[in-house]
Amino acid sequence: MAREIPYIAAINEAIHQEMARDESVLYFGQNLATTENDEFLKAFGSDRVRVTPISETAEIGMAVGAAIAGMRPVVELYMAEFMLVAMDQVVNEAPRFRYMSGGRVKVPLVLKAGYGFTAGWAGQHTGSIYGMFMGIPGLKVALPATAADAKGLMATAIRDENPVCYFHHYLLTLEPGEVPEGEYLVPFGQASVRRSGGDVTIVATGWMVGKALAAAESLAAEGIEAEVIDPRTLVPLDIDTILSSVEKTGHVVLVDQATRHASASALIAAEIADHGFSALKAPIKQVTALDASVPYSEPMEAYVLPDEAKILCAVHQVLGTAPVAA
Amino acid sequence: MGTPTPPPASTSAELDGETALGLLRTMWRIRCFEERVAQLKRTLQVHGLIHLSIGGEGVAAAICGQLRDDDTVYSGHRAHGHAIAKGAPLDRVMAELMGRSDGLCRGLGGSMHLVDRAHGLLGATGVVAGNIPLAVGNALAARLRGSDQVTVVFFGDGAVQTGYFSESVNLAALWELPLILVCENNGFAEFTPRSAHTTVERVCDAVAPYRFPCQSVDGTDVGALFAVFAADLDLARRGRGPLLLECMTHRRRGHYEGDQEAYRDALADAEWQRRDPLARLQADAIAQRWLDEAGAGALEQGARAEVEQAVSFARASPFPALELAGELVYASER
Repeated sequence: MAREIPYIAAINEAIHQEMARDESVLYFGQNLATTENDEFLKAFGSDRVRVTPISETAEIGMAVGAAIAGMRPVVELYMAEFMLVAMDQVVNEAPRFRYMSGGRVKVPLVLKAGYGFTAGWAGQHTGSIYGMFMGIPGLKVALPATAADAKGLMATAIRDENPVCYFHHYLLTLEPGEVPEGEYLVPFGQASVRRSGGDVTIVATGWMVGKALAAAESLAAEGIEAEVIDPRTLVPLDIDTILSSVEKTGHVVLVDQATRHASASALIAAEIADHGFSALKAPIKQVTALDASVPYSEPMEAYVLPDEAKILCAVHQVLGTAPVAA
Repeated sequence: MGTPTPPPASTSAELDGETALGLLRTMWRIRCFEERVAQLKRTLQVHGLIHLSIGGEGVAAAICGQLRDDDTVYSGHRAHGHAIAKGAPLDRVMAELMGRSDGLCRGLGGSMHLVDRAHGLLGATGVVAGNIPLAVGNALAARLRGSDQVTVVFFGDGAVQTGYFSESVNLAALWELPLILVCENNGFAEFTPRSAHTTVERVCDAVAPYRFPCQSVDGTDVGALFAVFAADLDLARRGRGPLLLECMTHRRRGHYEGDQEAYRDALADAEWQRRDPLARLQADAIAQRWLDEAGAGALEQGARAEVEQAVSFARASPFPALELAGELVYASER
């Protein structure tokens, strides 16, 4: 049975269910379980639910060591930027340890990190930094855009045998959605076609999925049918679903909240150029954030980010059509 | 010039003859292995970045030799001695250093990333101090499983100045984990002396506020070190921790093979004899009549023969299948 719950509740439900299912799943984090009424603490105890000091390098490193030793830690990092404090562990240890051991050990670990909080949190708490983790072999990257995917991808991440960076979007936190009760897994590497259409392919991630769908509705009113694809995981990336769509439409717009040169869209564009060039009827268009830190001032914050109007403009550019005046 | 000063005897009061000979055998295996690796490196049969532990064999032997296979060791970039003392077969280690498919890590890790699960060497990291939080996590896992397994992490004195060290020590102390932190203080953090890194003289001083057991010992006095570690291990085995042991040693060779060592003067031979843990323990064993000169020669020859077999094994082992380069990036589903 599915029922509507918020995105954040869906994430927590997945962690809770996985902890109940497998006692090797641990939950670490700063400011975690601050009261005795904490749901996780009550259900699983202070051995498995651990508050850590503000020590990202030790916190993540300790989780990597516990994972190598057979545990399945979920590290609550709150802000994705806090991962940057411990880049040696995130980049050099967690994803490389299994490889350097010749496959003798494995590191099943989830780094849960919120991102994209573009609500006046300024330069160090609003980045969409998932793109940099796509370039690190050994890491997987999940990017849920709906409450159902938030649950299903978290459950899959916890069961995965590899380190997974699970990026949840802060502006989706309270967004409700239909979420199945009980065990619910969303496989990695399977994009979701959120809307079908034959004229243009829009690939969007995270918070941008909603904006792309809204743009697609406006386009439909103009007689343009857009196909909206949400990759759901960036590593592994379901490039086949994207290429099939490009084969059908011949036109591509990539929407990504990340800065252009660190975006997932730049890599997706390269894959399309490499494997789908002959299907293209126009150059690929990317709608990304400006290559700038996110500024504090509200109008300027909006200025650097992609939005529905920018998506519409890009679609008209690739199609060579003129927007219909509202 | 007079006759060279004889090496001071080891504090062998805590050792019996059998234990001492076992330690000597391990130290000879490490010494001969690493001397051979140095040769193979010069002729590029061993490639890559190589850090040797000659002068530090006593620490590896006295500590790893007392651990069980299910106790975990984490090491760093200077890991050969720890691996060998923990039980890793010489031939598999040599094959790894030569990048062969029969290497401990199938040739994908090399000298700085040795892993031997069967013998409890869970890993070695190439970034100074990056192994310390991993060991904290391992100790936590052991505690959660309700086992009496002990985790030992080796690092140099250079690691003590990292955030990793401070954060990990704090966490291990906070959670009272059965972890033994072993600092091998050879006086140099890579190419510079400790005095260039910190005003804190002894590592024990750096962790003093936590008030867990911490001792500084002469790492070239294998008998004394053995006894001190035995007591630490007993505590950790009973669930106490963390503990810290600082072992003062001498790094006979440079930071890496090929290091010109312009930053320090070579020790005079007589001084090296005084600081060589192998020479010290062997002299003591002879004085105690656990061993005669011929027996000592046999230990060395036995080790050299085993190393030659390891080299032959490694040379006969094929390079790994190239497809593994892509296949090993991700673990498949369980």
